[in-house]
Amino acid sequence: MSCSTSECYNDHVVRLFLLASAVWGIVGMLIGMYAAAELTWPGLNLGIPWLTFSHIRPDHTFGVIFAFGGSALMGTCYYVVQRTGHARLAFDKLAEFTFWGWQLVCVLAMTTMPFGITQSKEYAEPEWFIDILIAVVWVSFGVVFFGSLARRRIRHIYVANWYYGAFIIAVGLLHIVNNLAVPVSLTKSYPIYSGVVDAMVQWWYGHNAVAFFLTAGFLGMMYYFVPRQAQQPLWSYRFSIVNFWALISVYMWAGAHHLMYTALPDWVQSVGMAFSLVLLMPSWGSAANGLFTFNGAWHRVKDDPAAKFMIMALVFYAAATFEGSMMAVKTVNSLSHYTDWTIAHVHSGSLGWVAMITIGSLYAMAPRALGRPAMYSHKGMELHFWLHIIGTLLYVVAMWTAGVTEGMMWRATQPDGSLTYSFLDSLIAIRPDYFFRWFGGVLIWLGMWVMAWNLWHTARDARKRIINPIPVPIPEPEPKQTPAPLPAVG
Amino acid sequence: MAYRHFEFIEKHAWTLGILTAIMVSLGGLAEITPLFMEAHAVKAPANVKPYDPLRLAGRDVYVSEGCYLCHSQMIRALRFETQRYGHYSTADESVYDRPFQWGSKRTGPDLARVGGKYSDDWQRMHLMDPRSVVPQSNMPSYHWLADEKLDAKDIQARMRVLKRLGDPYSDSDIAAAPAAVEGKTRMDALIAYLQGLGIKNEPQPPAASTPATQEGAP
Repeated sequence: MSCSTSECYNDHVVRLFLLASAVWGIVGMLIGMYAAAELTWPGLNLGIPWLTFSHIRPDHTFGVIFAFGGSALMGTCYYVVQRTGHARLAFDKLAEFTFWGWQLVCVLAMTTMPFGITQSKEYAEPEWFIDILIAVVWVSFGVVFFGSLARRRIRHIYVANWYYGAFIIAVGLLHIVNNLAVPVSLTKSYPIYSGVVDAMVQWWYGHNAVAFFLTAGFLGMMYYFVPRQAQQPLWSYRFSIVNFWALISVYMWAGAHHLMYTALPDWVQSVGMAFSLVLLMPSWGSAANGLFTFNGAWHRVKDDPAAKFMIMALVFYAAATFEGSMMAVKTVNSLSHYTDWTIAHVHSGSLGWVAMITIGSLYAMAPRALGRPAMYSHKGMELHFWLHIIGTLLYVVAMWTAGVTEGMMWRATQPDGSLTYSFLDSLIAIRPDYFFRWFGGVLIWLGMWVMAWNLWHTARDARKRIINPIPVPIPEPEPKQTPAPLPAVG
Repeated sequence: MAYRHFEFIEKHAWTLGILTAIMVSLGGLAEITPLFMEAHAVKAPANVKPYDPLRLAGRDVYVSEGCYLCHSQMIRALRFETQRYGHYSTADESVYDRPFQWGSKRTGPDLARVGGKYSDDWQRMHLMDPRSVVPQSNMPSYHWLADEKLDAKDIQARMRVLKRLGDPYSDSDIAAAPAAVEGKTRMDALIAYLQGLGIKNEPQPPAASTPATQEGAP
């Protein structure tokens, strides 16, 4: 079918993002694996500054969150907004710019940070000139997304798009407020905030980058691809509305739980803790809504690896959000903060929830976007699932053990009230855990290669440029339809 | 609320977008605005001075080398923390910290009051080869810092920007900066910074006549 006469989906830009996320996944996790190895074998930096743990750790976090996760989010967002609105993406050229612009951001950030060009604000390390480029790309992304919503032929905006919309609005706001700085030179700037205010702004950003980048965005993905893969409607649409408004409004209050018992005013710490506990409800609400959508279709767990990834992602989402709320309780936080428990928590969220819902969605989306009936290898997907789940469990259990060990050793006292252990004792005690964490990371990384290989073969038609574009199904016109229906052609 | 109100939101992209923007702004406004007001009201205590040129350079080395990824600078108001590291950190100690370096993870110990705990020579040996002084350490070597000289012009530019942001540097402070960093390496600067951490800033113990403040209250 030709697209010269009727409207077709813009899947070209979706395919670009799909490719980018597969590549960045491998790159970002390779850096993480290397950083983990350096904690076990500190000589691995080989005396090279830019290969040292403290120089590559921001590359790992930026690489997996913004390059891998960001590419997957933007790609699926473009895919979903077209399918749910029955309309082609608005502004083809701008959409393509968001792709190349975002890739440029990732390459610039990841080639400057290891050389010490960093603001040292966690998850917002890139310097001011990259921050400006991020803001430009982000606004363009927003224009394409909301422009596409404006072109939709289905009046009702499907819930996945609300999450994508909130993700775009909130991340833009967070990015701009947190990165306000005065440049000294191209490679150095000072933030306009200092001390306590800087700490609060940074963790309001840091926490909500998790909330809106790693949660809201991926919930958007979940709300489209889970019902699609379960071949059933969402369990409860109204429940998703309640959860949406509760999630986006409560999350923003909880950032202070990163600063318990610090010099931050006590009332802010308490507000942060209270809202973190309330946050459990919308988090579990979304997880339950996703899981119940599989009611009556549980047999898919057996024979559909994409569904398997999605279900495990939702289980991990429920587990990690429960853990997060508990860690925001001041008593628990006094034990867990500054230890590897935090690392366990973020990775059960990122490897368990974020990576698995992404991989599941990519396996669901890729064949459709690449013009194939199914992924190239079913066994490859199965292998990836087991590598990923075993790697994640190894990683998380090792870091839980390490974190609780550190927390207990730091606070242990003798009967006379003196401290039992030196700091070094706690480091020696967790060295074996650091090894197992690294090994878990290796398994996950191998899984990413299996996915890349599978995608490469699935994309064989795309590589030969012989895919037919998919025409947009034009719905029956309604009396008061906005926008006005296109003339039916083709 | 009746479902039809929600339905209106769900069918109008602008309403949805604007309401989302409002809902996500509330939390930040409520928590950050009061701090911002307070920050302008609270003046730095007399014993907390802006960083001298060498320590400022050292602080920027600390930032660009990513030390904050393994070392915190925030002693929490908990008994086992103050026992290990000293007096808990207070808000006015970090008024000149742009950006703050409280950290989020301790692969190594807290450094908020590390100043003066070790000699300059120990710090230098430790930074050149951590395992020469702490055999079990997993900290990488930062030997390259000893090879790189400081750039006086750049430090003056940094002080001017900080002055514009409100830090009380005088013109003579800025004019005197090149002399202070003459011939110094990034290693020297980092050691000067570390040796100054927490020393002068530590809150003074209350006089004997006043009742002791309750340990544990932030």
